[in-house]
Amino acid sequence: MTMKKIVFIMLVALFGMAANAQEKKNKNAKHSIEVNGNCDQCKKRIEKAALSVAGVKSAVWDTESHRLSLIVNEEKTSLEKVEAAIAKVGHDAGSAKATPADYENLHSCCKYDRNP
Amino acid sequence: MRLLLTALLLFVALFTSAQDTLQTISVQSNSRSLKKSLSVTANTTVMTSKELLKAACCNLAESFETNPSIDVNFSDALTGARQVRMLGLTSPYLMITEENIPSVRGASQAYGLTFTPGTWIESIQITKGAGSVVNGYESISGQINTELLKPANDIPFFLNVYGSTDARFEINTHLNHKLSDKWASSLFLHGNSRLTKNDMNNDGFLDNPLGNQVNVMNRWQYTNAEKGWVGFVNLRFMNDEKQTGQLDYVPSRDKFGGQLWGSEINTKRYDLATKIGYVFPDMPFQSIGFQNALTYHDQDSYFGFRRYDIAQTSYYSNLIFNSIISNTMHKFATGLNFAYDKYDENVLGSDLGRVDNSIGGFFEYTYDNTDNFSLVAGIRADNHNRLGAFFTPRLHLRYNPWKDAVVRISGGRGKRAANIFAENQQIFATNRAIAWGSEFKGPYGMKPEIAWNYGLSFNQKFFIFGQPADAGFDLYRTDFQNQVYVDWYASGNAVGFYNLEGKSYVNSVQVDFNYEPVKHLNIRSAYKYYDTFTDYRQISAERPLTPRHRFFTNVEYATHIKENGQRWKFDATWNWTGTQRLPVTAVVLPQRSPAFSVVNAQVTRTFSSVFEVYAGAENLTNYKQKNPILGADDPFGQNFDASVVYAPVFGQMFYAGFRFKIK
Repeated sequence: MTMKKIVFIMLVALFGMAANAQEKKNKNAKHSIEVNGNCDQCKKRIEKAALSVAGVKSAVWDTESHRLSLIVNEEKTSLEKVEAAIAKVGHDAGSAKATPADYENLHSCCKYDRNP
Repeated sequence: MRLLLTALLLFVALFTSAQDTLQTISVQSNSRSLKKSLSVTANTTVMTSKELLKAACCNLAESFETNPSIDVNFSDALTGARQVRMLGLTSPYLMITEENIPSVRGASQAYGLTFTPGTWIESIQITKGAGSVVNGYESISGQINTELLKPANDIPFFLNVYGSTDARFEINTHLNHKLSDKWASSLFLHGNSRLTKNDMNNDGFLDNPLGNQVNVMNRWQYTNAEKGWVGFVNLRFMNDEKQTGQLDYVPSRDKFGGQLWGSEINTKRYDLATKIGYVFPDMPFQSIGFQNALTYHDQDSYFGFRRYDIAQTSYYSNLIFNSIISNTMHKFATGLNFAYDKYDENVLGSDLGRVDNSIGGFFEYTYDNTDNFSLVAGIRADNHNRLGAFFTPRLHLRYNPWKDAVVRISGGRGKRAANIFAENQQIFATNRAIAWGSEFKGPYGMKPEIAWNYGLSFNQKFFIFGQPADAGFDLYRTDFQNQVYVDWYASGNAVGFYNLEGKSYVNSVQVDFNYEPVKHLNIRSAYKYYDTFTDYRQISAERPLTPRHRFFTNVEYATHIKENGQRWKFDATWNWTGTQRLPVTAVVLPQRSPAFSVVNAQVTRTFSSVFEVYAGAENLTNYKQKNPILGADDPFGQNFDASVVYAPVFGQMFYAGFRFKIK
């Protein structure tokens, strides 16, 4: 083996490890997203929807600030999936918007003001 | 200084925000001083420090007067110590903890509640029924946990002075200093004394003991929120001296003389407790807590010719790990306990010294669907040198069937070794012959006490004319498999301790109604029914001195707070106590005591947020038990018995005090 080859193999190995390290997902990734809602009933529904996604460890929605604090195992799920699950129960979450039908299903107290 | 702090930190051991599995109560935005949450799994009431300000005074034993869950009884006529009861059972069947460390147990059972001054208390959590497995296996009918003021959010200076017409004076001083953004320390100083002799019923005996108590605690708190560390160190010393008996009794002259009857109860207590807690910064749902407590409690006492000395050296340790299973709907707490108790006990000349130790592990699972259902299921396994190896299962369920309603179910087992003399010291204030078993090879010849407790409760919040109200009921049953009962029924000249052969149970019913008809006016009322039954040696009967019926009403009113904090507060409590079965006594008494009422009232005037004055009256209607001390004319004779107390001994009492704060 020439010296060049050895260096090349080592470099490849090193890159491989680096790439691998980059792919290593955070098991306790913290996120805070805006979720639209009004009351304690909304809080229950939002948190329940978030926790129903496998990989979501903790979900706490603040009624005042409308922010949902999440701790997510990114090996198992992604923020997009969580947002989609919350939108599915009628609440606009981050970049995911609830369909008009899902929004209409909400209890009257939970019908938050939607931006047109 | 830094060296000292480092040493303390190393020395430190615990904390557990963790242990809150059952006890956690979300703080509500309303200003109620008694909080019952709809979303907590166990049947827990939280009393805030505000509630404690409503009673005359002054220590933990007296702080339950305005709370329907706990009955404050009148203990023997001599010592004035009050026993508390829950679900019809006395305090030995409760687990009483201070910041989740068992505090009133063993040697301190009779007077321990009077050793925590009320001003030190931040809040009290009262859980009815089985309770959590985290702190131990001993609780049977309930748990009372006291949280003390935390140095990190304490005010720099607090002063409270109190005086009453029964000649009791108290002074409480708190000093607080924040050493850095992480370290804070509080120094609590308490003193109380009664210097004047009272004999309102002219029986020649003091109505309440002369006494003085010095109680000092130094608390240190370390908080590092960024890194997730919390730590506490408590150092405490208490000295309590009581003298009681005949009016002319002088201890130095008359002790063991046989002329005048007198008694002294002197207690010293040293405590060192540490807590350390760690919350994983990237996983706030995961934490570790470690707490350790070292206590030396020493009581020297005599009652006439009867000597009773007990000293207890205790070490308690608890390690707990809290985390989740997949998400926060599934939580668990698991850990280990270790307890060591060395008793040096001398009862009427018999040496009953012994050592107890136990090691145990626990696992408690909590499920919460974040909406209307939660469950706490716990089990622990313990190995105790005298109770053997055993399991303790406990279960709590909560369900909200519809809006503003909650149903709770609980069940669980408790097991304990009765400290028969420490728990029943009123037997020494009699001339009854004392018998205790020898047929069983256990402490005092007694088997361990084992009981199951089951409970069902319901509460509904609603509105009457637009104002908030709530109503509910509790049903509990405690079933003893083994019990060490005190037989007061066999003879008027004897009292004995026996292992249960047959049945023993307590059924309890409580019905509550609370209403706020206009803003700042709160009415709280409760009716309680206790059905107690024990197979004694000669008869099957209800427990002595346990009323079947009780009724309680508390009314509080406060004016609106003005800008500078000015305010009036009024508070009144009416307690009606039904008839009670009396023990068999040498002086023949009726089988049942009469029913009676006691009314307490208080007014507080807050002049500003830093200064307030209060005044009040206890036992306004001046109800007094006739002849609380039987055979008082011949205290060394066969008939002498000061243990039969079912009502206040001292009549009307007025008091006043002030509180001053620097914020």
